[in-house]
Amino acid sequence: MQEAFVATSIMTGLGVFFGTALAIASRFLRVSGDSRVEEVADQLPGSNCGACGRPGCHAFAEAVVSGSETPSGCTVATQESIEAIAELLGVAPGQQEKRVARLHCAGGTAQAFQIAEYRGFESCRAATIVAGGGKGCPWGCLGLGDCARACTFKAIHLNQHSLPVVDVANCTACGDCVLACPRGLFAILPLTHRLFVQCRSPLVGDDARALCRVACDSCGRCVQDAAPGLIRMEENLPVVDYGSGGPATPQATSRCPTGAIQWLTEVQFEAAGATQPQDIAAHVEDH
Amino acid sequence: MNPVAAIRRGFRHGVHPAQYKAQTVDLPIQRLPFGHRYVLPLGQHLGVPAQPVVSPGQQVRRGQLIAQPGGFVSASLHSPVTGRVRAIEPRRTADGSLQLAIEIEADRYATQHLEPRPRSDRLALSLTEFIEELQSAGIVGLGGAAFPTHVKYTMPEGKRIRHLLINGAECEPYLTNDHRLMVERPATLLRGIGIVKRKLGADRATIGIERNKPEAIAVLKSTIRRHHRTGIAPLQVKYPQGAEKMLIRAIFGVEVPADKLPRDLGIVVNNVGTLTAIADYFDFGMPLIERVITVSGPGVTYPANLIVPIGTPVREVLDFCGGLKPPTRAVVMGGPMMGLPLPSLDVPVVKGTSGILAFTAESLPARRELPCIRCGRCLKACPHFLNPSRLGRLARLGRYEDMRRHFAMDCVECGACTLSCPSGIPLTQLIRVGKSKLRNSAAGSI
Repeated sequence: MQEAFVATSIMTGLGVFFGTALAIASRFLRVSGDSRVEEVADQLPGSNCGACGRPGCHAFAEAVVSGSETPSGCTVATQESIEAIAELLGVAPGQQEKRVARLHCAGGTAQAFQIAEYRGFESCRAATIVAGGGKGCPWGCLGLGDCARACTFKAIHLNQHSLPVVDVANCTACGDCVLACPRGLFAILPLTHRLFVQCRSPLVGDDARALCRVACDSCGRCVQDAAPGLIRMEENLPVVDYGSGGPATPQATSRCPTGAIQWLTEVQFEAAGATQPQDIAAHVEDH
Repeated sequence: MNPVAAIRRGFRHGVHPAQYKAQTVDLPIQRLPFGHRYVLPLGQHLGVPAQPVVSPGQQVRRGQLIAQPGGFVSASLHSPVTGRVRAIEPRRTADGSLQLAIEIEADRYATQHLEPRPRSDRLALSLTEFIEELQSAGIVGLGGAAFPTHVKYTMPEGKRIRHLLINGAECEPYLTNDHRLMVERPATLLRGIGIVKRKLGADRATIGIERNKPEAIAVLKSTIRRHHRTGIAPLQVKYPQGAEKMLIRAIFGVEVPADKLPRDLGIVVNNVGTLTAIADYFDFGMPLIERVITVSGPGVTYPANLIVPIGTPVREVLDFCGGLKPPTRAVVMGGPMMGLPLPSLDVPVVKGTSGILAFTAESLPARRELPCIRCGRCLKACPHFLNPSRLGRLARLGRYEDMRRHFAMDCVECGACTLSCPSGIPLTQLIRVGKSKLRNSAAGSI
């Protein structure tokens, strides 16, 4: 009985002693950080998605307080939170262009030809390892939804042709889908960049169209139809260079025989199936 | 060596898949008649793809060089037939990708006879010259991985190969191509062993053969003479006995450390097919333009062991074997454990193709997956002592870095864990997903 009493009183004594020591230390040895960092961090969404390019929300808050970043650098926070942060720090909220993930492929199950049936672990990465999945095009979207699973904000769902549709309102351009896609088909682009090539096949002519109805067959018409220098061909694919100065217009898509280059509406693949001329589809089936 | 291990001649863990070798084991090797069209992908060996040295429309002879090595870890490519280069274009390969390939149309009226040009100067070749010869002959490992053989023989300064190990285990079910080679061409095999042994300065050679091939063991025993300085090691019948490190474990009783190669122990392992190809090159001047494959499986009408020119489309090989039976659901290139299911029958036979197997719906495993019951059978199966169950779970969760900490990169993808899993979990595939992700991140790309 006595041992128990001694042990209890020693532990209690130790507890009281260290508790007091800590209380004193926290009062007199305190290092005061910038309290604004915490306040800014409170306003941020706390999803640590990395879209701003920082390792997490706290690092972003520090950057904003130090002035190396504007509040609108966070693409996830609501407009109110950004304004609240700007007001708190007395800085301008800044302008951030809305960016979204775009898919460089429009070959859904209705457009790209299947050559085999993939059965197994439902994952794009797993399918690429087993004979490249079932799709004939070894560059195209596999349609098994690795991107949808990777998306922190549930902004991606697969449509009826197994193509990932990005919900523009929820997409924060964090780039998780870019990393998840084993074929590297996603690109993070400003919403205003509406001229977009929905194909990654380096094949030319009939070889390209033998795999997919909406493949780029590298005819080069879009290069001629666009403002000089806006589009150039790289590895048999058109590359739209918004930095070249020429205005991007829907004119560039007008003579595309397969519909591989598109003037995007806000949501990609919203009107699935309506993007390609039917006569091309018939031609490819003959081929 | 541990005496018990010497008697059992095996390794720890592993699985015992049903053999299914009976339908082709006694069929002599036949030559596949020459067809019309041959497709030779430039990257059919491990490493850098070869560079074409011919142009479309050009006439080529059988055995003529059509692509030269693209780097050190690369091998030459030769035309398997006399004919005309039709195109150099992307063609579908077994991994589903479109790869640059040389398509050759065989000349119907040309002889496909190859004039023997024995290399009588082979004794005079130095080791460096010998290694260069192998590269220009396009010799790669014929066991399945198609790793350029000359790279295997290139030793770091001051090291020497002491022991040549010949892999005749053929532990994959269905396949009998190595078995038939050992039974039908033991003298050629021994000549190949002799050449390599002399060039590398190895003291001894040992042929490892699983005990389910008594005929091969008997034939080789009666052929080997004292001066061959070659032994035979009958091995336990167990999968994956033919994996390099398992073979060394079984024969020498030592483990090759995870971060070491057999050559660090002074051992080099070659498949019987590779050594026969080396002997053929020095005897007849024939580069690697054909190989022996087994065509088998419940979906094939007439199973066979065939000599097939490299580049023959799978469809033509199957047609020769009476075509596919209607209930065929999958065609696999390679063995059933590690082979690749084919996305198209137009893909060509390449240097690494050891077999073409056709499976019907009943012979394929049922597609049902149940939760892991923690029975631990995959741990007992894994020859590398990994924990496939945990690796699989980590892969599913996307925790790839944790997989690295659990030695996912040591996995040889033999498939023993998947075979042993009573819940039908695709463990090997899950681990491969993680490995591909880790390799990508190590390379710095996405």
